[in-house]
Amino acid sequence: MSMRKVFVAAVPAVLIALTAPVPAQQSPNLGKPISQEDLASWDISIGPDGAGLPPGSGTVQQGEAVFAAKCQACHGEKGAGQPNDRLVGGQGSLPGDKPAIKTVGSYWPYATTLFDYIRRAMPLNESKSLTNDEVYAVVAYLLNLNGIIPVSETMNAESLPKVMMPNREGFVTFTRGK
Amino acid sequence: MKETSRSETERVAGNGLLHRRMFLTGSAAAIGAGTIVDQAGAAPLAVEPWMRIPGAPFNAYGQPSKYEEKVARTWASAPGTGGTGSARTPHHLLNGMITPSGLHFERSHSGVPDIDPDKHRLLIHGLVKRPLVFTLDDLGRYPMQSRIAFVECAGNSGALFAKQPANANVQAIHGLLSCSEWTGIKLSVLLEEAGIDPAAKWVLAEGADAAGMSRSFPIEKALDDAMVCLYQNGERVRPSNGYPLRLLLPGFEGNMNVKWLRRIKLTAGPTMTKDETSKYTILLPSGKALQFVFPLEGKSIITHPSPGLTVRGPGFYEISGLAWSGYGKIAKVEVSADGGKSWGLAALQEPVLSKAVTRFRMAWQWDGGPAVLQSRATDETGYVQPSRAQLVALRGDRGNYHNNMIQSWAVAASGEVKNVYA
Repeated sequence: MSMRKVFVAAVPAVLIALTAPVPAQQSPNLGKPISQEDLASWDISIGPDGAGLPPGSGTVQQGEAVFAAKCQACHGEKGAGQPNDRLVGGQGSLPGDKPAIKTVGSYWPYATTLFDYIRRAMPLNESKSLTNDEVYAVVAYLLNLNGIIPVSETMNAESLPKVMMPNREGFVTFTRGK
Repeated sequence: MKETSRSETERVAGNGLLHRRMFLTGSAAAIGAGTIVDQAGAAPLAVEPWMRIPGAPFNAYGQPSKYEEKVARTWASAPGTGGTGSARTPHHLLNGMITPSGLHFERSHSGVPDIDPDKHRLLIHGLVKRPLVFTLDDLGRYPMQSRIAFVECAGNSGALFAKQPANANVQAIHGLLSCSEWTGIKLSVLLEEAGIDPAAKWVLAEGADAAGMSRSFPIEKALDDAMVCLYQNGERVRPSNGYPLRLLLPGFEGNMNVKWLRRIKLTAGPTMTKDETSKYTILLPSGKALQFVFPLEGKSIITHPSPGLTVRGPGFYEISGLAWSGYGKIAKVEVSADGGKSWGLAALQEPVLSKAVTRFRMAWQWDGGPAVLQSRATDETGYVQPSRAQLVALRGDRGNYHNNMIQSWAVAASGEVKNVYA
């Protein structure tokens, strides 16, 4: 152990810098390299800037049909909620001391999160079953129900990140003691 | 006469709290001797059947005694689901600091996946020089480390935000907290092998469950004490706690300790997943919400006595409970038996570890009158657990998460223990 310490201390900093692209020799290095193409099926997270959004598109009208078929049983007609989460309304309910109604329209800060979450987790009993077009469509429908986009707007990789959610500025990064 | 005066000198706070010295020196017998109420002798000892015939044969995996069936988790699921919800640890029926694996709390966002370990993979990619895939066989060959750490759901104790105190016990209110020994690989070792791009400031962790539960955390945590864990309390992590692989971010809110870990992506900024925007954010009276509230603050709860554990007549009792902080070690725990008017220092059971629960113990001579028991933790950073009024003044009562206010248990003259606000 002390020998190893001596050895590490004796390696000049310049040598460590030169060997940086090569895996550290002390480490087991048992991971297998994988190409971007081969990991693409797992890379399903969408950044708030839209990074990762796939090709495809959907309209409000198309989304209404998807919602009726796949979502309404849990989230209610037009996303009114019951038996599960309410998705629509509640804007203006956040300040004060009355119960807040936290929905896509009143609380969610990024529209991209809708695509990310619906594609990965919904419908609950068959997640990851919707096509990208269906996800874009149902996202468009929910945004329209909340009065955020007009009925004529189409959601795709270009338009979705540009949607400004009503509560976009509603979050403060926590700092301890403040 | 002499014994009476001695037990009086041991009192350190109102309503019968005794000096912790008795736990440190083992002198409880001296105090207890003066307090035996029933002076009648014990019944003659019977030689029971189990002392006469051979007991049960061996079995492959030990189970608790059949007399302990009530020591069980309780749970609630979202409407129409079987496994979306949470199951709670019965702290009033446990002691020590380690939660048995089968009683560890569980919060699942789409049930417990049935993962074939031979097919499970961990992918590390994003802002790295070489994206890498690991099998469990690969990971099993890495140097491992063990640490004892608590995991607490951010929503634990949220019931105390209710306007009126709920008729609920310590399991129902505080059961989304558990503590295990975790064994695995430092996440930093795997990230270094993949080669961290200097632009990487955040890490996305994602589970292999049907919800694909995902959270972002700062890369500093990944390089500090984050682990990918294969073992819990010596055996492979239980399915409900993330088999075959879970992330451990010691001290951070439970849901960030991603279970069924399948993917780590290094990113420039937070991904803003559903569970770090629409959930797990703390709504303030102003209408703004606190985001990225990661470590749980200093907190303690009395587990004994607590609702359901009726105090049986005046005399000696041990008050005990759990204290923890996501920011380090517990420095001290104070206990009150008079609703916070006076406080006495509790004994801390060794070991006292950073980001693990610490068991505290306090001797109590109950005089049979009404009492309100409270505990107040201070962590090594000097943070003091707030009262209910202090936390509500700070954040209102609609925040849902990170409720670490002082719990009050009222003990009635009947011995019944209830959740109250005091």
